[in-house]
Amino acid sequence: MDLDLMINSFPKLLNATFTTLKLLSLSLIFGLIIGLIFAIMRLSNNKLIGNFSYGFSYVFRGTPLLVQIFIIYFGLGQIEYLRSTFLWTILKEPYWCAIIAFSLNTGAYTSEILRSAFQTIKPGFIEAGKSLGISSKVIFYKIQIPIAIKQSLPAYGNEIILMLKGTSLASTVTLMDLTGVAKYIISTTFKPIEVFIVAGSIYLFLTFLIHNFIKFAEKKMGTN
Amino acid sequence: MELLYFGSKGWGDELFTAFLMTIAVSLTAMFIGILFSIIFTPMKLSKNKIFNFIANSYTTIIRGVPELLVIYLFFFGGSGAVMFVASIFGYNEYIEINAFITGSFAIGIISGAYSTEVFRGAIQSIDVGQFEASKALGFKKYIYFFKVIIPQMLRLAIPNLSNVWQITLKDTSLISVTGLVEIMRQSYIAAGSTRDPLFFYSFAALLYLILTFLSMKILNKLEKNYSRGF
Repeated sequence: MDLDLMINSFPKLLNATFTTLKLLSLSLIFGLIIGLIFAIMRLSNNKLIGNFSYGFSYVFRGTPLLVQIFIIYFGLGQIEYLRSTFLWTILKEPYWCAIIAFSLNTGAYTSEILRSAFQTIKPGFIEAGKSLGISSKVIFYKIQIPIAIKQSLPAYGNEIILMLKGTSLASTVTLMDLTGVAKYIISTTFKPIEVFIVAGSIYLFLTFLIHNFIKFAEKKMGTN
Repeated sequence: MELLYFGSKGWGDELFTAFLMTIAVSLTAMFIGILFSIIFTPMKLSKNKIFNFIANSYTTIIRGVPELLVIYLFFFGGSGAVMFVASIFGYNEYIEINAFITGSFAIGIISGAYSTEVFRGAIQSIDVGQFEASKALGFKKYIYFFKVIIPQMLRLAIPNLSNVWQITLKDTSLISVTGLVEIMRQSYIAAGSTRDPLFFYSFAALLYLILTFLSMKILNKLEKNYSRGF
């Protein structure tokens, strides 16, 4: 056991943790928006829109995240037309490619979580709102959304943890996140166990924080 | 389309072999995972605190750490560990472990942590009355476990196990970093030499979609078979 290496690599790994956290938080914010849009589309009465949303979530949940990143990072640059648009300034950066892939991926899972949350809302709540003469817009924002958020919290907490682990794939497109730096240190020192312990503990600590934060939020919102 | 021709002109045969390799790695990893869960589930449910601690650390650590990091640990540490064990027995030559074995072991250990949780949950949700009734009827421990508990546990576990299978299948794409030629690695090679990454990675995505779709169909049948009478 090489304690010196563990102590020396800790600041480097901690520094990389910020990249991981930045990737995670940005993807979660975009993912939540995408998920909400697709969940609403899924529940719409228009069959075409519903099927499109189902197809989106099916494709993104049925393929590995690694393929999605590679298609976006290596694949999209091949389209000549894209290179001439302003989108290219975003797509040539591995950082944004990773965020786009993560957001779409977590968006697909989030849309499923939110859809099932919307579907399990008792019809009585909506009927009660209607009979009180509340407009359907207000019912949606003030009744359906808060209940759906409350019900989807435990599943969404799992999704955040899965996404935290997913950000490790950013290292495959040259980004130096926690896993990227850990791999770099391992491949230069050939001491995999020591580095694994340090990097793994940081990940476990983050998982622990997320887990407790979700528990706290559940308590605060009063799950039924 | 000619990129997919079989033979020396296209990548069809290479991709087909890689497709079979992905299936082989996934099945091996799932099998190793189930072996691990057969060891760790009883430990998790036992009253012995040390066993409990070991099993809980296993599932918590593996489920909290990225798969890629676990794979790097095995990739870089695997042959070192085997050589260390071999040196105890007096063998000091360099040993290189096959990428297939390292990869399926790494994914198997990850998959095992998930299936352990599935089996634990399934056994815990069997009605206590079932255990008591078997004891009251004087069944031998061996018989009541295999004839009463296991069939009921499987009914509850199979839907979740099929989720574990889907996760395992998708995780095998990460083994490509170790150089094992499965779908991802083969697409990477093909994309590099033809300069057509969009086509090959999209085709890889399609192959994974076919795999997840087919396994869903098969597992749904299995699920129906095990929930007869419910």
